[in-house]
Amino acid sequence: MKIIGLIIALVTGVLLIGATGDFPDWADPASPASTHLSPHFIEKTMEETSVPNIVTAVLADYRGYDTMYETAVIFTAGLACFILLRIFVREEPGDRLYRHLLTGVTVRVKEGMELPPSEDFERIDATWTPPDLIIKTVCRFLIPFIQLFALYVIAHGHHSPGGGFQGGVILGASIILLAISQDLRTSVRRMREKLDAVLCAVGVIIYAGTGALCLLLGLNFLDYSALASVLHCDPVTARSHGILIVEIGVGIAVMCTMIWIYNNVSSTGKYDEGL
Amino acid sequence: MGDLIQIVVAKYNYWIYITLMMIGLYAMIAKNNLVKKIVGMNIFQTAIILFYVSTGAKRGATIPILEHGHGAASHVFHAVDYINPLPHVLMLTAIVVSVATLGVALALAIKIYNRHNTLEEDEILAQIREK
Repeated sequence: MKIIGLIIALVTGVLLIGATGDFPDWADPASPASTHLSPHFIEKTMEETSVPNIVTAVLADYRGYDTMYETAVIFTAGLACFILLRIFVREEPGDRLYRHLLTGVTVRVKEGMELPPSEDFERIDATWTPPDLIIKTVCRFLIPFIQLFALYVIAHGHHSPGGGFQGGVILGASIILLAISQDLRTSVRRMREKLDAVLCAVGVIIYAGTGALCLLLGLNFLDYSALASVLHCDPVTARSHGILIVEIGVGIAVMCTMIWIYNNVSSTGKYDEGL
Repeated sequence: MGDLIQIVVAKYNYWIYITLMMIGLYAMIAKNNLVKKIVGMNIFQTAIILFYVSTGAKRGATIPILEHGHGAASHVFHAVDYINPLPHVLMLTAIVVSVATLGVALALAIKIYNRHNTLEEDEILAQIREK
């Protein structure tokens, strides 16, 4: 199998390298990819949408359909992970383990017994998990700034590199960082599973709903200039605002999908301590 | 010899992406472990991302964010000054989708491991044949 695989890879590689003769040179300004549609985007984007970041404008406006279904694909992937892995296990009868956070002592609670309500105890699954004061403290300091930066990336996507996908991934990463530095239960307490799943769909609905709203206002699906009458501005500015609304939807959907996938994969669907 | 080097240098982005892609393809075909196959799939996706982004490059051009300021609406933009934004748009979504597909692939691998207690392909096939 290894020999066959090597032969297949080599033959395909040689064929592809043979075909590069017909490709344009690297960074050739006259290459076919740069001569048909892209000059229109570069020269007309500012005039048509008033968005300086061409990538954002093409992503959410000119190719809005494509991006809408990419968002739907991501949502579907999150859903697939959930359906494949999630198991709703009843609390197994037996002893539960808690760690006293101040002393690091592990406490075993007998079946049917309850701990006094206190913030000092943390539920653990393994008998011993290493105390990680430095990691916990540093992450607690970092996470708010990461989230603030993510909001900046989403909101400033019109004028600088950024947008819904990037900002959404950073937001998701901040919650995943919480899950890694503490444990999965802590992060799920901050971002409930149900909320996560609902927000995931809400992001896609914001995107599709904006498109449908344009349809209701008398123009084509996802033609944001129809929003001018609702937002009280001229059609060009309306396209810019429409892009922002859509990017927020993408950001929410991407953030929740990343968290959803991580939660399910890292705890194999049990939502316990996690990694 | 000098000619060959010139040909390679003029199109070196294609050589790099083809090398990466073939590493990924080989891993997907020949590796026995399912997680290694998934890693191969990711290398393959990265090669395609590299290919697309490299086709957007233009000599002497800058990133596709237009220079602007207040009241500069009459500014004229020339296509030669900015790199092609289209491949960047396509790959922006492809990166996030590749993470999502990686999640689904890992979920499937976990299910297979729960059922067969192994991630080695030949052992899984042997277990299926026994039944």
